Amino acid sequence: MAFFMQNVINALQWGSFYALIALGYSMVYSILMLFNFTHGDIFMTGAYIGLGVATALLALVAALGWSLPGWLLLVATIIISMFITSLLGVLVERVGYRPLRSAPRASAAITGLMIGIILEYGNLALLGTQRLSFPELIQTTTYSVGSVYFTNKKIFIVVVALLLMVGLHQFIQKSRWGMAMRAMSYDFPIVPLMGVSLNLIAPLTFAIGSALAAAGGILYGMAYPVLDPFMGILLGWKSFVAAILGGRGSILGAALAGFLLGFIEIFTTMVFPSTFRDLIAYSIILLILTFRPYGFFGQAHSTQLRL
Amino acid sequence: MSLLQVEDMTHFFGGLRAVSGYRLSIAAGEIRGLIGPNGAGKTTIFNLITGIHTPTKGSIRLENRSLIGLRPHQIAARGLGRTFQNMLLWRHMTVLEHVKLAHYAQLKYGLAGAFFGTRLCRAEEERVEENAHRLLETFDVARFAHQNVTQLPYGVQRRVEMARAMATRPKILFLDEPTAGMTPEELVQMIGIIRQIHSEFKVAILLIEHRLKFVMELCQRIQTLVFGEVIAEGTPEEIKNNPQVIEAYLGKEEVA
Repeated sequence: MAFFMQNVINALQWGSFYALIALGYSMVYSILMLFNFTHGDIFMTGAYIGLGVATALLALVAALGWSLPGWLLLVATIIISMFITSLLGVLVERVGYRPLRSAPRASAAITGLMIGIILEYGNLALLGTQRLSFPELIQTTTYSVGSVYFTNKKIFIVVVALLLMVGLHQFIQKSRWGMAMRAMSYDFPIVPLMGVSLNLIAPLTFAIGSALAAAGGILYGMAYPVLDPFMGILLGWKSFVAAILGGRGSILGAALAGFLLGFIEIFTTMVFPSTFRDLIAYSIILLILTFRPYGFFGQAHSTQLRL
Repeated sequence: MSLLQVEDMTHFFGGLRAVSGYRLSIAAGEIRGLIGPNGAGKTTIFNLITGIHTPTKGSIRLENRSLIGLRPHQIAARGLGRTFQNMLLWRHMTVLEHVKLAHYAQLKYGLAGAFFGTRLCRAEEERVEENAHRLLETFDVARFAHQNVTQLPYGVQRRVEMARAMATRPKILFLDEPTAGMTPEELVQMIGIIRQIHSEFKVAILLIEHRLKFVMELCQRIQTLVFGEVIAEGTPEEIKNNPQVIEAYLGKEEVA
């Protein structure tokens, strides 16, 4: 039982990363019917931006001779990095996708992949081949309940991920921009006729998705401090799978499927050797998609322009 | 002075001339009809004026300011509202949300304002909420406010769509076949609603319709469009007796 609970905690942490990244895929898809294949690399870039911001904040605090608690620096790092990365998302939309809005979807997909490669190798060119490690802003403390062990970091990661998701949910349900996003996800060509600018909602969607990916990147950096320019590829693809599994364009589905993916992966390693993990985990997901090709909350609907 | 003035508007889809030399001049508070057989280009004219397509040639002016080159949301904000032939409501959104979202262009607070809940933001949101509820009352859909539109009967959905269009505060309202698929009772109700919109909101209306009776009942002047060209324009009486219109609708009399 303790072993089981231990893995539940691990799965929640692991699923948090997938869920945060999957949300960005889903949000962009729901509005522009476009899979943003740059997203995994935006996650990577977000993690590096987080590293830069954390290092700068530590240096600044040291220079000023202040002593601020580590968690405050961590929260500041997350907020500042989310903001900077959201600007990157806006840039990707403006430069990469907007000119292709009426082009075939394949052109946009290829462009996304290429921007991703540019981000990976741009990073490599800029920072070199040495692996950078994420500064430790808070000390690890280990707690135990019975024989289940968990660290303050794991709790922090899961709580921050959940808070961001609740915040996103509120934004989408309550705010006028969120309402516009929902409307666009059902029928995007006519929403502008009600006075809403697509050229505001589309970049905003990229900004929010990228900010969430950046948060995911920093949380990932807390758990696995060694960063690598190619870390976004596999995680990005797997999160993309989560977005599909949740149902294309479904925000709730993406979050739940992200966590489900975490659970499937972690629990596969409970039973099988860890080298079998992805083979078995993704065979299970393939099986699920065979029976639910539109995912959990997805719907088959036509993408035809009808006016 | 006319509210909306269209001069010599022509549009090609590839090599197909969909609209040719179209002219229109609507005064504030007027109700106009646009009739014509299927494929005559009626909806294309709506799409050209509302900015979904840009006309190949011609000018469109609302209150003497050109609309050419503006994006659809800008044209909507200038005061041009519309409904659609097949309604295009947002599935899974409630009736109230439809009407609230259509207030979008009238809101002035930004993201930061919403995040910090400034006084401007709260005041404006309150005003929108109030106004939305008033519109729901006007269109007799208030009791469905929190229901998803997909669950509602067809006639009710049509009224929701009109409430949404009116929430954008149009000076001129384009109605694209508002009675399509309606029962005779719903049709009578729709005539009442359009009259009510007209008198209560002092809005000009351009109406596309198939049911001649309905157009004749409501409109002061009617244009007949065939193959993208206006073949007749006049009062309902004139249109009814125009041989070209009769031919377009019923076909030429065969000479035996």
